[in-house]
Amino acid sequence: MLAKRIIPCLDVKDGQTVKGVNFVNFREAGDPVALGKKYSDDGADELVYLDITASHEGRKTFIDLVRRVAENVSIPFTVGGGINQVEDVEKLLNAGADKISINSAALRNPDLIDGIARRFGNQVCVTAIDARMEGNEWVCYINGGRVSTGRRLLEWAHEAQERGAGEILFTSMDHDGVKTGFANDALAMLHDTLSIPVIASGGAGDYDHFYDVFTQGKADAALAASIFHFNEIPINELKEYLCKRNITVRL
Amino acid sequence: MKIAIIKYNAGNNFSVECALRRLGYEAIVTDNPEEICQADKVIFPGVGEARSAMEYLRAHGLDEVIKSLKQPVLGICIGQQLMCRHSEEGDVDCLGIFDVDVKRFDATQSDLKIPHMGWNTISLSKDDFIPSTLNGKYVYYVHSYYVPVNEATVATTDYILPYSAALHKDNFYATQFHPEKSGDIGEQILKSFIEL
Repeated sequence: MLAKRIIPCLDVKDGQTVKGVNFVNFREAGDPVALGKKYSDDGADELVYLDITASHEGRKTFIDLVRRVAENVSIPFTVGGGINQVEDVEKLLNAGADKISINSAALRNPDLIDGIARRFGNQVCVTAIDARMEGNEWVCYINGGRVSTGRRLLEWAHEAQERGAGEILFTSMDHDGVKTGFANDALAMLHDTLSIPVIASGGAGDYDHFYDVFTQGKADAALAASIFHFNEIPINELKEYLCKRNITVRL
Repeated sequence: MKIAIIKYNAGNNFSVECALRRLGYEAIVTDNPEEICQADKVIFPGVGEARSAMEYLRAHGLDEVIKSLKQPVLGICIGQQLMCRHSEEGDVDCLGIFDVDVKRFDATQSDLKIPHMGWNTISLSKDDFIPSTLNGKYVYYVHSYYVPVNEATVATTDYILPYSAALHKDNFYATQFHPEKSGDIGEQILKSFIEL
């Protein structure tokens, strides 16, 4: 049976992991490659690297990093951040990335999804969506959650799928960082609306949140950052917990 | 040991090269027929679309080169599909090494999602190039088309229906999954191919 995926996300600036990382006896926490390898050894199913560098120099550093990840890590990884055109995707894939993730650029220029999918295949193109509940509607935001687009979540997710997105990575801004669980109602709606896999993001704080996101939220994969970085939830223990509760995971 | 990775327009060559390097093997990435024919092992990787890949192979004469190879050849993902007779992806005739046609998963048959993306288990149906200790282990898949079970099938995976996870006929081997992205299990499978 197809396993539910657990995906740690690493934010990278100027080639270093930025979000506080705190492992006992783990000295290389700042090195995104060493950290990715550690997660892979712990049983992560995929990795996501987000480049939050703004400068041109920093972007070149990120390409070098992608290459080093490909050399050292034997599981699939997605890279995102600062991708605005098909040429950016080509550079990242040539450096060894398996998939790329686009967010604001896709909402500003939806044709970008078509372009990437036509050139490299749907499976390469993860479309990330940040949204928050306003009244009774989930509304999509861009620029790291600072600017509202007025677009509705389900409508945009469906359009992204039709244009060629291979997966939707949905982050609930209302749940992100709060650690009280994922946005399971919205996730279940996405699952029922879409025919492509959905990756849940935002809200992971405890073991049972992952159980809930795979059952109530019907998610195909769950992504988290800080709870893994601070080793609050070791990935191998999380997967053993899920297995005991009859969720199919790769052990 | 000379290993050639076939360079064409649908390869994730670098990932395969990296996986081999982690196993201690250096490979050359090439579309030169002479270099391919002289290698001890040939890997035909792939991430892409069948029709444009076949057009590229024909335009560069690589279709005949691949069919004529006598040393062990491993097709991966679209590489496996291109080694079959015909693909529904782009309705294109392929290399015809495996006597079977590639089909698209039928989404109406289940509520499962397409592409089949992520980790799924392999069931070994014959004792072949995949070590028997790996029966039931998870490997990484990304695909919307599949090779039905046929006489060359040596392992199956069940997604919507049981289909060919791996094939073997004469000197031709193939996997639908990506051994280069399947962690330790994948590396063991690559190693067992290289050491054939």
